Amino acid sequence: MKTSVTARDAGDIKIIELHGKITIGAGDLQMREAIHSAISGGAMKILVDMKDVTTIDSSGVGELVGCYTTATHKGAKLKLQNLPPKISDVLTVTQLITVFDVFANEKDALASFG
Amino acid sequence: MQLAMSNPPPGPIVLWLSSRYENLELAQAVLDHVCKVRGVGTDAEHWMGVALREALANAIKHGNRQDPAKRVYLSLGGAANVIEIVVGDEGEGFEVAAIADPLAPENQMKTSGRGIFYMKTFMDEVTFSRGENGGTILSMKKKLDSDEKKGVHTP
Repeated sequence: MKTSVTARDAGDIKIIELHGKITIGAGDLQMREAIHSAISGGAMKILVDMKDVTTIDSSGVGELVGCYTTATHKGAKLKLQNLPPKISDVLTVTQLITVFDVFANEKDALASFG
Repeated sequence: MQLAMSNPPPGPIVLWLSSRYENLELAQAVLDHVCKVRGVGTDAEHWMGVALREALANAIKHGNRQDPAKRVYLSLGGAANVIEIVVGDEGEGFEVAAIADPLAPENQMKTSGRGIFYMKTFMDEVTFSRGENGGTILSMKKKLDSDEKKGVHTP
């Protein structure tokens, strides 16, 4: 699967969809640019959909942490949905799974923003 | 043992790569080939792939400072029930003991420093040494037990 990042809106929630590898020198930067673009565009509710992520490495994880911190400092909320098991494993072993709000489906994720 | 006998190790595959992240895809493709030949399960292949990419990324970024004139050595081999990945760079080397614990609360929200932890988590053995001409030599081993060959391994 080719790495790409797309964005769509659900009301006032910006949904960032990641596809393929979120790894160093490729998807990690695309993900950061998309999330930062959403934040600079005024989005206060950001939902990152990881359903189609095949691999994430420490650089991708680091960028995700950085985006979460940036969003929080701006007063925005950044949440995750549809984590494939292997992506969840990568966040679990570094105990980051407890940092993020993670949802199994979009309905629950959207409702959580209130 | 039975699988190993029917899929004997083909001998190490050695690559010399320029320090470019694009070469991670080439290395991944070679690992995928080795795993297919050796009958490695898809889960074990996935986690070895993550560890391989971390090792090469470290060699390119921290070892060779992304200088494309500097090369990264990669060997993929190992005995019948083991996959061994060796990665070498032409950098200045580093102290493994100086690497911060990414699980420490003060490091949890840092944007870097998890690569070696992932390698140690997803592989069975990870060792670092200095190369004869400087640089860092990283050796990682993954034991292939029956579950991993069936593809049911998880971290």
